[in-house]
Amino acid sequence: MAQRAIREYDGKAIFSKHWENYFSGFRYGFKSVLVTNGDDLRAKAQEHGFEWLKQEALVAKPDMLFGKRGKNDLVLFKTTKPGDVTLEEAAKWIDEKIAHETILLTGQKGTLTHFIVEPFTPHTQDQEYYISATTVGEDDVLYLSAEGGMEVEEGWEEKVNEVTIPITMDDANIEHLIRANVPAGIPEVNKERFIAFAEQFYKFYRDQNFAYLEINPIVMVENDMHILDLVARLDDTAGFMMGDAWCGADFPTAFGMEDQSPEEKAIALADSKSGASLKLTILNPMGRIWTMVAGGGASVVYADTIADLSGNVADLANYGEYSGGPTTGETQFYAETVFDLMTRHKDPKGQDKILIIGGAIANFTDVAKTFTGIIQAFEIYADRLKSHNTRIYVRRGGPNYEKGLKDIKEAADRLGLYIEVYGPETHVTDIVRMALEK
Amino acid sequence: MGALFTKDTQAIFWNNNASAIQRMLDYDYVINRTKPSVAAIVAPTSGNKFEKFFYGPDEIMVPVYRNTAEAAAAFPHADVLLNFASFRTAYDVTMEAIAIKGQFKSVMVTAEGIPERLARKMNQAARDAGVIVIGPATVGGIAPGAFKIANVGGTIENIINSKLHRAGSCGLVTRSGGLFNELSNIISINADGIAEGVAIGGDRFVGSVFIDNLLRMESNPEVKYMVLLGEVGGTEEYKVIEAVKSGLIKKPIIAWCIGTIAKHFSSGVQFGHAGASANADAETAAYKNTAMAEAGMFVPASFNDLPKTIADVYAKLTKEGVITEIVEPELRTVPKVRRKKEFICTISDDRGDEATYAGHPISSVATPETGFGIGDVISLLWFKKRYPKWATDYLETVIKTVADHGPAVSGAHNAKVTARAGKDVISSLVTGLLTIGPRFGGAIDDAAKYFKYANDRGMSPAEFIDYMKKEGKTISGIGHRIKSVRNPDLRVSGLKKYAAEFFPSTPLLDFALEVEKLTTSKKDNLILNVDGTIGILMVDMWRALGYSEEDIDGFIDAGALNAFFVVGRSIGFIGHILDEKRLGMPMYRHPTDDILYNVEYADEI
Repeated sequence: MAQRAIREYDGKAIFSKHWENYFSGFRYGFKSVLVTNGDDLRAKAQEHGFEWLKQEALVAKPDMLFGKRGKNDLVLFKTTKPGDVTLEEAAKWIDEKIAHETILLTGQKGTLTHFIVEPFTPHTQDQEYYISATTVGEDDVLYLSAEGGMEVEEGWEEKVNEVTIPITMDDANIEHLIRANVPAGIPEVNKERFIAFAEQFYKFYRDQNFAYLEINPIVMVENDMHILDLVARLDDTAGFMMGDAWCGADFPTAFGMEDQSPEEKAIALADSKSGASLKLTILNPMGRIWTMVAGGGASVVYADTIADLSGNVADLANYGEYSGGPTTGETQFYAETVFDLMTRHKDPKGQDKILIIGGAIANFTDVAKTFTGIIQAFEIYADRLKSHNTRIYVRRGGPNYEKGLKDIKEAADRLGLYIEVYGPETHVTDIVRMALEK
Repeated sequence: MGALFTKDTQAIFWNNNASAIQRMLDYDYVINRTKPSVAAIVAPTSGNKFEKFFYGPDEIMVPVYRNTAEAAAAFPHADVLLNFASFRTAYDVTMEAIAIKGQFKSVMVTAEGIPERLARKMNQAARDAGVIVIGPATVGGIAPGAFKIANVGGTIENIINSKLHRAGSCGLVTRSGGLFNELSNIISINADGIAEGVAIGGDRFVGSVFIDNLLRMESNPEVKYMVLLGEVGGTEEYKVIEAVKSGLIKKPIIAWCIGTIAKHFSSGVQFGHAGASANADAETAAYKNTAMAEAGMFVPASFNDLPKTIADVYAKLTKEGVITEIVEPELRTVPKVRRKKEFICTISDDRGDEATYAGHPISSVATPETGFGIGDVISLLWFKKRYPKWATDYLETVIKTVADHGPAVSGAHNAKVTARAGKDVISSLVTGLLTIGPRFGGAIDDAAKYFKYANDRGMSPAEFIDYMKKEGKTISGIGHRIKSVRNPDLRVSGLKKYAAEFFPSTPLLDFALEVEKLTTSKKDNLILNVDGTIGILMVDMWRALGYSEEDIDGFIDAGALNAFFVVGRSIGFIGHILDEKRLGMPMYRHPTDDILYNVEYADEI
C-alpha cells in the first residue's frame, strides 16, 4: 500500500508542527486531544496545557478514518443547545459509544475505539470555506470553494474551483495559477488571506508528502484558522525521508476491518517476520473452493477464474498468496493454516471440497522445495482432507517443477488423496475448469 | 521508435547484482550475442575495478565504476541503464542518468515503493528528455534473441521452453511481472512467441504506460500483433482504446484486465498491486474488458480463454500471410559446471604455439630485424599498447640514464656490502633494490605527482612553490648537490633536447622550467634535476599518447615510474655485484671509529 489514511488528530498535529514554517501570519491553536474512553479524557483534562477541556464547551467525535460522522449522528456538540457540552458529558458520551457495536449508514460495523475532542467553535456559515488537494492522473489538483461544510458535495461542479498543478511547475507559476483561480464567492475582505492560505496549503500538502488532504470546513476569522474537520492520507512510501515530520502518525485499519480471524493474523505475523510474502484473506469460511497460490498476479487470476467459472463467488473461500521464495517451513505453516480452515465445516450441499494449488511459472523459486512444505502439511491433514472429499488440483512451473510435481503426486497417492498435477504445458488457470467440470 | 532493444544494445547496470548480471550474460551466450549485454557496472561503494562473470564456459571481466557519469563516458554506446538501486536512491540514480545528455534511451527501474511524488517527477523528467522509463516496480522486459533485462524469463530452461531465445511476432505488455513469464509461455504454446515484451511495473506511477509501449510496437515491423494484460484500477487502458478507435494502432490487440473478482467485494480486500484498486466504475476490470472489446480488441470471455483467443488471432494472421514461419536459430549451451578462475592475466599468454606479449609472439619482437627494442617490449608488457618510436626511445633513454650512479649511493653500497658477505647475485641485488623508496630514487615519482597536481589545478609556478612551502615539503625534482645553472647537468640537457625534438608537446616540462626559473633565482643549484626531468617528461609522454589524467594518475599510483628506476638501476647494481665477485673482496666490517657510541645503562621501570 502506498496511500494510507491517518487519523484527523494526527493530521492536525502535523499541521501544528509545521504551522510557523508554512502559515506564519495565520494563527492555529491545535486544541485537540485523542482519547479512547471517558477516563482517558478526564485524565487528560488534569494535565497542564489542557485546562481548556474543563473551561470550554466541547465537541467530541470518533476519529477512525470514516467520514459522514454528522450524518451518522456521531458528533456530540450539544446536549440541549449547540455549544453546551461539558467535559463530563463528553466523557460519558464516549463511554456510551464504546460500550456497544456501531453500525454506519454504509453498513460497516465495529466498535468505536478512538475519539477526538476539541473546543466548540461558534461561527457562521459564511465563515466556512473548503480546501483540499490530491493527485489526479499525473497532476496535483487543488480544490477551492467559498462554501464549506457537508453541502459542498452537492453542486460540486458549480461551487468548487479545480486548480490543476503539473508536477514540475515552479512556485511562482503555482502562486500565479492559484491567484487566477480563487473562487468568486470569497468575499473581498478575505480574498488575499484566502489566496495566501491556499498557496501555503498546497506547498504544505506537497512538501509533507500527503496523498490527500482536505479541510472541510475551514473557518477563517480574521487571521485565526479553525480546522473543524480534516481528512488526510499520506504517501507512506515517502516515510523514510520524513523523519519525525509526520509526528509518528500511525496508519489504522479501516473501521469495521479490524476483526481479522486468528488465522489471518497468524499469517500476517509470519509475513512480517519473513523476507517472503505470505498473504491470506478469508472471503467465505463456508466456501468449497480453497486456494493456495504462489505469486500476486497468479492469485488474482485464479480468484477471477473461480468467480467466472463457478458462477457463484461464494464458492471462493479465500484469497492470498505465498511468494518471494518462502522457506519449506513457512510454506508448511501456510498450507496447514489453509487445510485447517477448509476442513472445519462440512459443505452444506454435500459437495466435494476443492483445493487449488496453483501458480504461474516461477522465476527462481525452487518449486520442489516449496512443495516439500505442502507435502509435510498433507501428512498431518490427509485424513481431515479425505473426510471432506477434497479434490486437489496442482499447476506450477519454474525451477525444479518436474520433481515438485512428481513428489506431490506420489505423496498424495500414498496418503490416498485425490490429486491431479499439471505443468507449464497446461494453461495456468485451466485446473479451475477441470475441477469444476468434474 | 521501432524496436526497444537490438542485438547490439548494451546496458550499464547500476548496483552489482551479480546473479541478475550473470543471467543476462548466460542469455547473451546462448543466443550468440557478439558483445555482452552488460557493458559496465556502477557500484558507488565498491573498491573493485571490475567484476568477473561467466560467459559460456569462460570468464570475462565487466568494469566497475563509482558513478554513472564515469561509466557512461567509458561506454558512450551503452544506452540502457538498469537501475537496481533501492527505493531510497532509485530516484536520484534515474535523475542523474537523464541528466547525461544523449546517453540513455531507456532506464529500467526495479525498486518498488519509490515515494510517489519522486516517481512522478522522475517519470516527467524522463518524458521531457525523451528517455523511456520502464518501471518502477518491474522485472523489466525482453527483446527475444537480442537483449534481456536482468531476471526476466527465469531460468535458461524456461527461456528456451517459452521461446524467449528468439524473436516471435507478438508484442507483449503486462503490468504484472509475475505473470509476464506465464504470458510468454502461453504465447509460445499458442503462437510463435514474442518479438518484444515489457512489464510496465506495479506501482501507482510508472514511467512508460501501456500506450507508450503499444505505440512503439505498432511502429516495430517485427511485431505483428499485441497482447495487453491490464489490471483493475487506473484508466491507462482507455488511452489504448482511444488509439485503436482513432486508427493510431492498427495491429490486432488481444487484451484482458485481471482483477474481475474485485467487483464482488465492496471494499477492504486488496486484489493485486498498489496501483490496483478501482476508484470508479470505469476503473474496474470488467468495465475495462467490455470497453476494450467494444473498441475492436480481442477480449476473451475469461482469463481461462485467453490461450484460445491468442491461438485464433495467430491462426488468422498466419493464414493471411502476415506472420510467416520462423527458422529456429542455432543455440549455444551454457555448461552446467563452471569453475571460477583464481588468477587473471591480461598481458601475456602462453597457451598457443608460441607465447605472446600482448598478442605479439615473442619471436616477432625479439630479434633486431623486428624493429622492436626493449622500450617496445616494456610498452607491450607494462601498458598493453605498442608505443610509437619517439616514446619507446624515450623509455630506453630513461633506463640508460638511471642505470648507475656510482658505488657510493645507498642502494649500490648495500648491494656491494651484501656481495662481500658472500651472498649470491639475487640476494645482493634485492638488498640494493629494497633501498629504493622515498629517499632513494623516489624523487621521480614525487616530481611527477606534485608537478602534475599543481598543473592539473591551474596553479602558477609561484603558487606551486607557496603550496609546497605550506605543505612543509621540499619540491621533488628540484635541486642538485653540485650542479647549478652555470654548471648544468648534461643528462638533463640531453633529455630536454630529446623531448624538444621528438615529443609532440611538453606542457608539464614547460611548467617545470618556469618553476625552475623562480627557484634558481633564489639559489643557483635549485635546478630541475634528472629525477624531476624524467618523471615530468613521462607525464608529458603519456599525455601526448592520449591517456586521460585519471589513467596517468593511476600509472603514478601503481608505481610505474619507480619501476623504470628499478629496471634501470638493476643494471648498475648487478654491475657492482659482479665487480665485487671479480675482485674477490672480503667481508666488510664498518670501522668502529666511524661510529659515535652513546649508550647509557638502562634503568628499571
